[in-house]
Amino acid sequence: MTGLPQGVCNIRDAVATGEASAVEICQGYLNRIQTVDKSLNAFNQIEYDTALERATAIDRERVPNDSRLLLGVPIAIKDNICTRGIRTTGSSRILESWIPPYDATVIERLQNAGAIVIGKTNCDEFAMGSSNENSAFGPVRNPWNLERSPGGSSGGSAVAVATEMAAASLGSDTGGSVRQPAALCGVVGLKPTYGRVSRYGLLAFASSLDQIGPLTRTVTDAARMLAVIAGPDSSDSTTSDKPIPNYLKGLTGKLDDLRIGVPRKILAEGVDDKVLQAFDEALETLSSLGVKIREIELPHAQYAIPTYYLIATAEASSNLARYDGVRYTSRVDLEPKVASLSLMYEKTRAQGFGAEVKRRIMLGTYVLSAGYYDAYYLKAQQVRTLIKSDYDTAFNEVDSILMPTSPTPAFPLKKRAHDPLEMYLADVFTVSANLAGLPAISVPCGFTSDRLPIGLQCIGRPFDEESLLRLAHGYEQATTWWTETPPI
Amino acid sequence: MRTKKPGNYVANFEDHTLASAMPSILTKEDVDRVAELARLELTESEREMFIRQLTDILVYAQQVCELDTTGVVPTTHVLTNQGTLRPDEPRPSLSRKDALANAPDPDTEKGFFRVPKVIK
Repeated sequence: MTGLPQGVCNIRDAVATGEASAVEICQGYLNRIQTVDKSLNAFNQIEYDTALERATAIDRERVPNDSRLLLGVPIAIKDNICTRGIRTTGSSRILESWIPPYDATVIERLQNAGAIVIGKTNCDEFAMGSSNENSAFGPVRNPWNLERSPGGSSGGSAVAVATEMAAASLGSDTGGSVRQPAALCGVVGLKPTYGRVSRYGLLAFASSLDQIGPLTRTVTDAARMLAVIAGPDSSDSTTSDKPIPNYLKGLTGKLDDLRIGVPRKILAEGVDDKVLQAFDEALETLSSLGVKIREIELPHAQYAIPTYYLIATAEASSNLARYDGVRYTSRVDLEPKVASLSLMYEKTRAQGFGAEVKRRIMLGTYVLSAGYYDAYYLKAQQVRTLIKSDYDTAFNEVDSILMPTSPTPAFPLKKRAHDPLEMYLADVFTVSANLAGLPAISVPCGFTSDRLPIGLQCIGRPFDEESLLRLAHGYEQATTWWTETPPI
Repeated sequence: MRTKKPGNYVANFEDHTLASAMPSILTKEDVDRVAELARLELTESEREMFIRQLTDILVYAQQVCELDTTGVVPTTHVLTNQGTLRPDEPRPSLSRKDALANAPDPDTEKGFFRVPKVIK
């Protein structure tokens, strides 16, 4: 990629001023994909032709002082976000050949801002997983160490950005699926407040937790992506009409009015030593920038994982009922003699879904079933209220809450795949932000001795992405972790 | 043909306390019943695997029951001001052709999704 501008803001400015053409930039990224993706498997679909056609059109139509925020920026899209005319599979066999007849709202907004969809990225099937091993199209590999997981479920989106196969990407975050792979791959990942970004056109996993967010190399790029995709949408009634601040102008570098809280008690166990060390060093850096740090309590934090898995699987079992062999491409055909509607459903779903998706559908169906609803689902929704009120209380005293994004760096592929519960525990620091609807960001904050990236997570007040981005940006500018690139 | 109606197996649920409604071990019958509700055909090895794994997960999840949640309002909308309304005016929507385009067995002439025969 020598000589070409990199990153969302640089590319956009170069294309807008005519310093570089959208076509040469797009071609550069496509070449990069062709060179390295064979060993990474980050893409389910690469849009060679349509991306270049679009780049050509952008160069042709460009006007002086073009104000579009993502002009000519090649962006990779997680394969659970609908793209009209481009195969969208959710990395599931059951949608292997599904071509959406419409664009997700975020895609429309990216296109209107001049972005170029360069391809669809691999992920855990229907975004269910923390390792990207649950994809029907094979795992994505971590570019820092090919034998390790990139994290999940937006593993392909994180790898695409980390290895310069896309200037930025979109992922979806239901329990950490943007932030955790961002941390494990050494990039920035932002989960916006629930309701800040439209979910219309996102393959629904757990509707009360899902949120689409950007993965980028820098916080500035994340701010620009959010500026484009945020805002109310008449096709998603859970979007908020709260005003959207100028996220880019908010990146002032001034942090000395910010107070952050550290829930020290929940870091006492199960956190990798090097992760904890990097986290403490990050706190020192922030302190030197004038940030005031204090310890806080999140008394119900230990219940976050069970609460999350009860609610998320319940909602998933309901959302995935639509894949029944009637409307979405795949169907198992039966001999007319034995054919029945219910047998067709059962066989189609048995063949179309992978093991983790089946497991979650089973668990969710169980906790919603007659007799167990109150004991599990209702109870979990009550505990969710308690978890959220812990955060409300903490935010009376602090502006942001910090903890590691993931308790460990990237783990070896296959290591956790045999034990679903062990895999679920990896989400211990990320699920709370989804349960409480809060915005959260992961930024690179160090490396292990064998060069695996570590992520710092900042959680903010609802709809205060502005302060969150300002904090993350101030930290980023005081460090150089984000400038490191993987050896591929 | 299956004759068991979903829900029969817990007909006497009200007689139990909440704690006893949460079995520490799932039985084969539980798993079969849930698979039926979920419209999933399981292989024998999947059934064995799910009995074990779902039991593990449920035992772990039962720690939420340690908590006294008397009087705690369950979360329905995580943030306030959710559920925005818009005027109930017709807008363009998917054409019938587009809606049927991905169907495995569409009747494009009449505009139907075709399914195996339901009525004998």
